[in-house]
Amino acid sequence: MYDSGKIIPGLIIFVLLVSFPVWYNHGDAGEAPVLEMPEEGLQCILPAAEMRAKHMQLLDEWRDDALRRGERGFTVQVGDQMFKKGLTTTCMECHTSYQRFCNECHEHVAVKVYCWECHVAPVD
Amino acid sequence: MDNKRRNFLKIAGIGTIAGLGGTAVFDRFISGSVPAGAEAAGGKNEKKGTVSGRRLGMVVDLRKFYAQPELMVKVEKACHQHHNVPDFPDKKDEIKWIWPVKFKNAFPKKSKLYKDDATTKEMVPVFCNHCDTPPCVKVCPTRATFVDDDGIIAMDYHRCIGCRFCMVGCPYGARSFNWFDPRKALDMSKINPDKPTRGRGVVEKCNFCADLVGLGKIPKCVEACGDTRAMTFGDLNDPDSEIRKVLRENFTIQRNPALGTYPSVFYIV
Repeated sequence: MYDSGKIIPGLIIFVLLVSFPVWYNHGDAGEAPVLEMPEEGLQCILPAAEMRAKHMQLLDEWRDDALRRGERGFTVQVGDQMFKKGLTTTCMECHTSYQRFCNECHEHVAVKVYCWECHVAPVD
Repeated sequence: MDNKRRNFLKIAGIGTIAGLGGTAVFDRFISGSVPAGAEAAGGKNEKKGTVSGRRLGMVVDLRKFYAQPELMVKVEKACHQHHNVPDFPDKKDEIKWIWPVKFKNAFPKKSKLYKDDATTKEMVPVFCNHCDTPPCVKVCPTRATFVDDDGIIAMDYHRCIGCRFCMVGCPYGARSFNWFDPRKALDMSKINPDKPTRGRGVVEKCNFCADLVGLGKIPKCVEACGDTRAMTFGDLNDPDSEIRKVLRENFTIQRNPALGTYPSVFYIV
């Protein structure tokens, strides 16, 4: 190989630079956000673990149910309480801050939430 | 040989006529061939069509709007406040759900000769007609706009890609495009927090307050009219509904019915 003295160190530098984020942050995912419980409300729509994993699907289904299937009223039963299918009208009634209940985790896992570009977030 | 060719030409000729003209002739016999304009005012799908069997519609009593010009402002405010409709100063960026236009622009096909004073001077409130055969729904490539269970032409802003086909499709100009982030033109401290604003790049329009109607309430504009009864809202398919009573008792017109869109909004002139 011609110029192997330049190419091989060059390649090594290139690989190191490209993989910089991987090795620089290795083993350090940052401080995990401390989850808070909302002050109000005794029970969520789903158990916490399920909610953590599936809240996006739930919101997606709720949107279609309310908007496209006309389910606007109090149709979700949890215990003996009835809830509407709505992000701002149900979820945010208890989870009163999008900074504390949405952004903290979403920033940690680097998932962008664009709900609040249109929906009006509750005022902190 | 000659005989055979003669027969062949006969059969070919009859075949051509049947192929070209046959269907058209048959269609005329079957359908009675009524041009769209003639039956449009009646409205198609009087008993069927929607999932719930209802077809929500509105009657606007223009006499009352002429008598109280302040009603127009009140109605527009009530609607735009509830739905967080932004107020862009530049006319070409305007977002409109319900707005006043001149009579001749609302009803361009009406005779223009020797008009009365009201028709020349007064303004008419116009909004989405929630047509029975909505061209906007037909052209929407993502089904962001659709006919909901009650016959309301609804919008799913999550799905809208901003192609504006629906704005081209709508013959009433009932749709507005968000060229900018609507929050720039809204006072965020005064908005209705229960309703969303829209994002940049989506089309929006009147939705007959589907959110309120779904809860058994009436649209905000009808509510704003209050006791004046300038606007009547209800189910056009229910012969005992109040709106049908108003329609029975008054002569009404629709906006450009000849297009065959079958509007669900009627005007008492």
